[in-house]
Amino acid sequence: MLMTGLLILPVVLILATLIHKGGGIISAEFLFSEPIKGMTAGGIFPALYGTVWLVAVALIISVPLGVAAAIYLSEYAGDNWFTRIINLAIINLAGVPSIVHALFGVGAFVLFFEFGTSILAASLTLAIMTLPVVIVATRESLQSVPHAFREACWNMGATRWQTIRRVVLPNAVSGILTGVILEVSRTTGETAPIMFTGAAFFLPFLPESVFDQTMALSLHLYVVATQVPGVPDELPYGVALVLIAIVLLMNSLSIAFRMWLRGRKKW
Amino acid sequence: MVAATQRVAEDMTSSPAKLEVKDLSISYGSQTILSGVNLSIQEHEIFGIIGPANAGKTSFVKSINRMDMFTSSMKVEGQVLIDGRDTRAVRNVYALRSQIGVVFPLPVGLPMTVYDNVALAPRLSGIRDRKKLDEIVETCLTRAALWDEVKDRLDSLGSLLSGGQQQRLTIARALSQKPQLLMLDEFSIAVDPVTTMRIEDVLKELKSEMTIILVTNLVQQARRLADRTAFFLEGECVEVGVTEDLFTGEVKDQRTRDYVEGRFG
Repeated sequence: MLMTGLLILPVVLILATLIHKGGGIISAEFLFSEPIKGMTAGGIFPALYGTVWLVAVALIISVPLGVAAAIYLSEYAGDNWFTRIINLAIINLAGVPSIVHALFGVGAFVLFFEFGTSILAASLTLAIMTLPVVIVATRESLQSVPHAFREACWNMGATRWQTIRRVVLPNAVSGILTGVILEVSRTTGETAPIMFTGAAFFLPFLPESVFDQTMALSLHLYVVATQVPGVPDELPYGVALVLIAIVLLMNSLSIAFRMWLRGRKKW
Repeated sequence: MVAATQRVAEDMTSSPAKLEVKDLSISYGSQTILSGVNLSIQEHEIFGIIGPANAGKTSFVKSINRMDMFTSSMKVEGQVLIDGRDTRAVRNVYALRSQIGVVFPLPVGLPMTVYDNVALAPRLSGIRDRKKLDEIVETCLTRAALWDEVKDRLDSLGSLLSGGQQQRLTIARALSQKPQLLMLDEFSIAVDPVTTMRIEDVLKELKSEMTIILVTNLVQQARRLADRTAFFLEGECVEVGVTEDLFTGEVKDQRTRDYVEGRFG
């Protein structure tokens, strides 16, 4: 009980420190203006904007792919050497350090596919990194739908796909969304995979397409905290607070969502 | 045994068989569940199948509408003919299955509204017209003796009905397929006696429109409902006969008498 209580301590301490030291700088102006004076003053809008881009593009890529893969693995594939290899690959993909994903992203997307350092390359890297999260969350929520429902449907003459679309997916969508929200929070915070593939140190303009570079919140925090001299103390703390707030918000959303769904569980 | 089955089949040659099973064997891996079953079921007949657990009754039901397709380890040999057509050779198994209603031992109310539960099969077959769906839902629920209880809450979840109601919902769903063949696999296991009797009355009425296979472990239920009954034991179809004969002792096999009189099983 005491040890469990201790678990909350770091969270509370981190939040308290951030709010204490960086809370003062947070304002609408901070969120919606550009950094000025060599990033020692001003706001974080380009980084915030860039993070939204990166996460959105990563989601567009990884969610359909991940959900489709999970549907295949859970509903179609039998238990054979092929699916076992795929499962092994998913577990390993989840265990690869993010910096290795970054180097893969540089090699594959930046250089080989010639996307250059761009939102597309960075988001593809993020997408591949978070794919296991989506696949595992989706597969688990698909498998939590009782098998009897599928059999009842099949017995009525429904095809596998009709069964998935009408009975399995509607009852698994909650779990899938939870996985997606978790993916969002993870993607938001990642720095390594994007720093070589698409995120810029400083850009005086906002990205206009997925082939542009962009600033990102996580990298911006690293930059103002360690790379730029003369930054006032409260600036990096403010950036960190915004970043953590986004992640916490996403996680709470996912928890609230799960609780709400558990309350109206249909069987 | 085979000779006995053939004789019954010959007795029935006057009307064409709805379902004909020839030398049916079912195995899971190296384990044989059912072997050498031969029988034929007439149109508008309630055909009972009795027998203790592990007799192969459920596997038999599964093999009729080719649900073995979804169980990779299940292997079916022999022929199953519906209206003379070999179900193994049917190209569109989904269409085949949509003409066969199945009711399971445990009720399965799908996690959607009562209405959607019954409207699912018609929708799968392409019916979109709301009025037509309303009509089907009401008819099927009425015939399954459930309409009066749920007519005011058609949009509550089917999976939240009581066990007995869910089983009648399952029957209504099966009826919504307009089946030619209705298979009930120990439908009364999770249902109270009063509901069981109501469903039994429903089945007697349905007989005029469809062929019914009634798998049951309640010997008396088979006696109440079935025109003819087959006795399955340990993967073998021991005997097929007019139900009343099995109970009045006119059996060909001593094991049937023992089972019917409750000496084992």
